[in-house]
Amino acid sequence: MMRDSSATLLSKGLWSDNPVFRQILGICSALAVTNLLVNTSIMGVALIFVTAFSSLTVSLLRNATPSRIRMMVQVLIIASYVIVVDMALKAYMPEISRALGPYVGLIITNCIIMGRCEGYARNNPPWPAFVDGLANGLGYAFVLLAVAFVRELLGFGSLFGVKVMPESFTQWTIMVMAPAAFFVLGTFIWIANTYWPKKEK
Amino acid sequence: MAHPEVSAFVILFAAIFTSNILLVNFLGMCSFLAVSREVRSSLGLGFAVIFVMTVTSGLNYLVYYHILVPYNLVHFRFIVFIIVIAAFVQLVEMVIERYSPFLYTVLGVFLPLITVNCAILGVSLFLIIRNYSFVQSVAYGFGGGVGWMLAIVAMGGIREKLKNAPIPKGLEGPGITLITAGLMALSFMAFSGMIPMQ
Repeated sequence: MMRDSSATLLSKGLWSDNPVFRQILGICSALAVTNLLVNTSIMGVALIFVTAFSSLTVSLLRNATPSRIRMMVQVLIIASYVIVVDMALKAYMPEISRALGPYVGLIITNCIIMGRCEGYARNNPPWPAFVDGLANGLGYAFVLLAVAFVRELLGFGSLFGVKVMPESFTQWTIMVMAPAAFFVLGTFIWIANTYWPKKEK
Repeated sequence: MAHPEVSAFVILFAAIFTSNILLVNFLGMCSFLAVSREVRSSLGLGFAVIFVMTVTSGLNYLVYYHILVPYNLVHFRFIVFIIVIAAFVQLVEMVIERYSPFLYTVLGVFLPLITVNCAILGVSLFLIIRNYSFVQSVAYGFGGGVGWMLAIVAMGGIREKLKNAPIPKGLEGPGITLITAGLMALSFMAFSGMIPMQ
């Protein structure tokens, strides 16, 4: 198998193989935390950190891990990084930690991370694995921010908590509630698949 | 936060309808999108989720309050919960493989999927955050499972019909499933007036 350059890995993770649009992974948190841009950015940063470093660690340990128990090892590596993130959030941003609630812990079961460890990091040297994890984390964060942008703008009339819509703007309460998360993400995937169809392998 | 006087029945009912774990908390979306193509497989996965979710929420409650809290290890709850869930799923798989080939053919393929189903871990994390008691926790786990199954089976039924519908090319697959789920979430919101708590 040819190794991709760092630039190719980045563009794959961000766009052509974007984990959310293309592979439909990590949808749970993509829907749950996208009603406010602030929460979404923190979640994005947390996920980028965990994906990049779990990929790196899995790759470093790839020759020492018996393949029968590799899933368990991967889960434990991911869970350790999530604990680091959770403790950091609790210490420095207690409010956001409360707002994100269980979704920080749920990064462990976010299929993007497992997917990258299993699909890429397991068979590749540390540096490309790190870049690949980083790229997929960025791709995820980018889609989340796009969804959150629409939801916060229409739902609260604000961006990052700052009012941008005129006073007369009627807030679309539905946008901050559960159904709109499905609608917005569904529409985004529709647009992406219509204008940039997936290349057939 | 949860009130100690809220009866387990109310929690059960709320978990199924008003705060459906899938349509309101978005837990378990990955397997929801992947498996909901038809009613049969949805039912199989649904039953597996109910069973595992009920038992692991009870187990994790006991582990958290009787092991992690006394020894001041609450920060390790993520690792411990996921190990409890994985070990339980593995155990169930081995037991039914040995004693009930019928159940194994029905549920077997779904069990490995369950370890990474975020709904299971999510329920365990929610019951800690909401300070549920043991009985409330088990009721929440069971209700969450039933609600999850209700949503995935309904979606399986809808997607079977959608197979013959003229859907725009780009919307096929995940796109239309997400939008359908949005409509389902909208209709489930109608229940929310029935119980004053979230």
